[in-house]
Amino acid sequence: MKFGVVVFPGSNCDQDLIHVVRDVMKQEVVELWHKDHTLQGCDFVLLPGGFSYGDYLRSGAIARFSPVMQEVIEFADKGGMVFGICNGFQILTESGLLPGALLHNSNHQFICKNVNIRCETDESIITSKFKIGQKAVVPIAHGEGNYYCDDATLRELKENNQILFRYCDENGKVTPESNPNGALENIAGICNKRRNVFGMMPHPERASEGILGNSDGKKIFESILNSLITA
Amino acid sequence: MTTGTEELSNVETAKKLGLLPEEFEKIKQILGRTPNFTELSIYSVMWSEHCSYKNSIVWLKTLPKDGPHMLAKAGEENAGLVAIGDGLACAFKIESHNHPSAIEPYQGAATGVGGINRDIFTMGARPIAQLNSLRFGNPDSARTKWLMKGVVKGIGNYGNAFGIPTVGGEVFFDESFNVNILVNAMSVGIVKEGETASAISYGVGNPVYIVGSATGKDGIHGATFASGDLHEDSHEDLPSVQVGDPFMEKLLLEASLEVIKTGAVIGMQDMGAAGIICSTSEMSAKGKHGMNIYLEKAPTRQANMKGWEILLSESQERMLVVVEKGREAEVEAIFEKWDLNCQQIGEVTEGDRLRFTMNGELLADVPAESLVLGGGAPIYNREYSEPAYIAKNKAFKIDSVKQPSDLKAVMMHLTTHPNIASKKWVYTQYDSMVGTINMTTNAPADAAIVDVRNTKKALALTVDCNSRYVYADAEAGCAIAVAEAARNIVCAGGHPSAVTNCLNFGNPYNPEVYWQFVHAIKGMSAACLRFETPVTGGNVSFYNQSKNEQGEVPVFPTPTIGMVGIIPDKKKRMSLNFKQEGDVIFMLGSSRDDINSSEYLYSFHGVKNSPAPFMDLEEEYALQQVIKQLIKDGLIESAHDVSDGGLFITLLESGMPNGLGFRIETDEEIRKDAFLFGESQSRVVVSVSAEKLDAFVEMMADTDVDFVNLGEVTADNIIIDDQTYGSIIEYKEAYDNAIGKLMEA
Repeated sequence: MKFGVVVFPGSNCDQDLIHVVRDVMKQEVVELWHKDHTLQGCDFVLLPGGFSYGDYLRSGAIARFSPVMQEVIEFADKGGMVFGICNGFQILTESGLLPGALLHNSNHQFICKNVNIRCETDESIITSKFKIGQKAVVPIAHGEGNYYCDDATLRELKENNQILFRYCDENGKVTPESNPNGALENIAGICNKRRNVFGMMPHPERASEGILGNSDGKKIFESILNSLITA
Repeated sequence: MTTGTEELSNVETAKKLGLLPEEFEKIKQILGRTPNFTELSIYSVMWSEHCSYKNSIVWLKTLPKDGPHMLAKAGEENAGLVAIGDGLACAFKIESHNHPSAIEPYQGAATGVGGINRDIFTMGARPIAQLNSLRFGNPDSARTKWLMKGVVKGIGNYGNAFGIPTVGGEVFFDESFNVNILVNAMSVGIVKEGETASAISYGVGNPVYIVGSATGKDGIHGATFASGDLHEDSHEDLPSVQVGDPFMEKLLLEASLEVIKTGAVIGMQDMGAAGIICSTSEMSAKGKHGMNIYLEKAPTRQANMKGWEILLSESQERMLVVVEKGREAEVEAIFEKWDLNCQQIGEVTEGDRLRFTMNGELLADVPAESLVLGGGAPIYNREYSEPAYIAKNKAFKIDSVKQPSDLKAVMMHLTTHPNIASKKWVYTQYDSMVGTINMTTNAPADAAIVDVRNTKKALALTVDCNSRYVYADAEAGCAIAVAEAARNIVCAGGHPSAVTNCLNFGNPYNPEVYWQFVHAIKGMSAACLRFETPVTGGNVSFYNQSKNEQGEVPVFPTPTIGMVGIIPDKKKRMSLNFKQEGDVIFMLGSSRDDINSSEYLYSFHGVKNSPAPFMDLEEEYALQQVIKQLIKDGLIESAHDVSDGGLFITLLESGMPNGLGFRIETDEEIRKDAFLFGESQSRVVVSVSAEKLDAFVEMMADTDVDFVNLGEVTADNIIIDDQTYGSIIEYKEAYDNAIGKLMEA
């Protein structure tokens, strides 16, 4: 497995993601520079968190036009695996690779804290090692993480089992109080219909090592390896 | 030379620019002629307090500067540098951005964060952690809420996008900060020893580059603005406030570190206060060379900027880089890669003259040395006298305070007091986890702990100052600030290494303010010597006061201490929270009948005059050595120092993370209010598991440090002398949400 982490100017979780893939998961990983027109033969593309191109306009709005994203879009269209975290998720919705949009948090503040998320489907490569209903503590850190889509899209997400994670309370119950940012139906992560493009607002790479006192997020990376290497 | 501007330069112009008549005379002597307006502006900013430290340097020089780990001492570089072992060094510094934040909180605070981080990466160090120390006025006032929302958003938006975690800080409220808030930002970076860059310029013919943002009209005369009193018309100084662009800063960081690695860089300095003039003069004076600078070459944000405006602009996210001749292409390619401006604007010359021209016209011709601290900048000995209120403080007697009948009312008052309650509303707006090295996210400790990857070590970081103590007794109060910082680091499992300071005071020409400054420095010196933590640098911010009907009102003197400590073995770091029901709770150190300057005395009883709490450096030092040993030997489950709010709040803070309560007994010899809420120093609460109890007692018995068995950790109830005061959940709810409720009210 060869992973590629896209580096936009303004990405700031790129090195964290590389660290986890390389040093924790022991996988080959390369940086994919935003100006380049190649994915260097990667099997799996990761879009990291951060503020691509400053995100002064709208998160991810500029990044979708970058040279490397044209390659990522083509790769995804051919069925290649693409996973965006936080700003990466925002870029995927802006690019049209995932449905919906990420609006400003309902309290109009940036929020960085641990949240509980609940796995909604085990039928995806990033949740394959979870049980449905299983809870994980994973941090969020965003100003625009309020997932929104129209009714038809929401219906489709549900019909096709595309909702990966929802925000929940410490007992695994999905409640309005446990929704940190106002996301529609507490949605924290989704995939596309074809199930090869994934996005989530919480940062699993920030919860993947014992030294940080929380390795709940590691299960997501283990799921990826589990799905793709045994498949 | 008649050039530069049509404006006349005389002693009146000099005064308008903040210079004294005798300083104007000194400039004439240096130049051998009358300076033109541009030159006068140059001296005005370079000799401002902000750049020259003219009113503080005499005393700053008395601070201890030597330590076994020191690589760059105070004043030598943009930030202090200490060796941390494994071939690594830590660059760190704290700086104020008070006046800009007081009139434009969002940009003021944001650019404060930007500036301090540039000081770190201009040395070749990659910032890994940020902290901040904030002071606001009455939290109920609409103005304070506006300022606080703006400052927190400014720090957050800049730091979050820049991508370095904000791992620690403090927030304190007092009416003395109603107009003039304090915003102190600290950054900590890591660099391989021997791979640092220096703020120096030499080598005749070497090209001088300006890189990063284009130069605009923002922040012109900002350093002068920062060196005067805030007054009711200060908002008219808005152009003195700069505008921050964290995206540009992030690019500048990556490009700067990449370019330093090439070895083609002679020297580099960020453009903070006083812009091009400051970096050209400081780098040139240090390298004992001159420069020719062609101002029209600097990329500008708008057309028709005047030469002096380009020269003095404080536009953010810019660096001055002196490059080895012949290696220009290499350097330019790196900035090109990051899509940054990289424009040669001059070259290094022989001698010491800085010559600034605009389209061939000579605007200014000044000796670099004459502008800088340690060179020609003036140095003053200011007079000082003990403020009248000190006698009132000394006269305070604890017997004048009646013990409260309702202890729970005091407990709730303190738990929800903005100075004590959780700062969650603030810190959840900061990205504290980016970089994945923050080890305190899931294991809270007295100091922030960050991982130093690929080594056994971690760093412990803290910022501390209780402004009220310093107001009460500047010498003891400042010694306490250092002692508390060291104690926090020790309680986290670290060894205190070095200090950076941010000295926030009122007008130095006021003898009573200067008395506070002098005595704070004395207290800091004594404490830094005792804890072997040299001062590596920092910044001085005078003129923190405002004028009202009563005249000048200085802020509480606030010498903020930023301290770095080394945790030799990251596996042996210590957290502050109780771990399990039944663990025994001990207090190390002595209880005293002391409620001096406590939050309890000040805000519950409304007694504004009392001395600083008890402090003895030897007692403190002995306590810290014992804590180190207990952590090293693995005998304690938690360690949390007694500070604001006293022992009760310490116990509460240890209980809340895991929702555990405590049952304790007070001491009949000590007033109950002093026992629970007094803030006398040099005390630490530890919890000990049943298995380690004997070994713990045995070890403690061998020391000279007092220790007392307070009681034990309970499932959730808070029980004092057999009386129940409710459940920890109730307090946690109140503690966590007090500031949020206030801000949304």
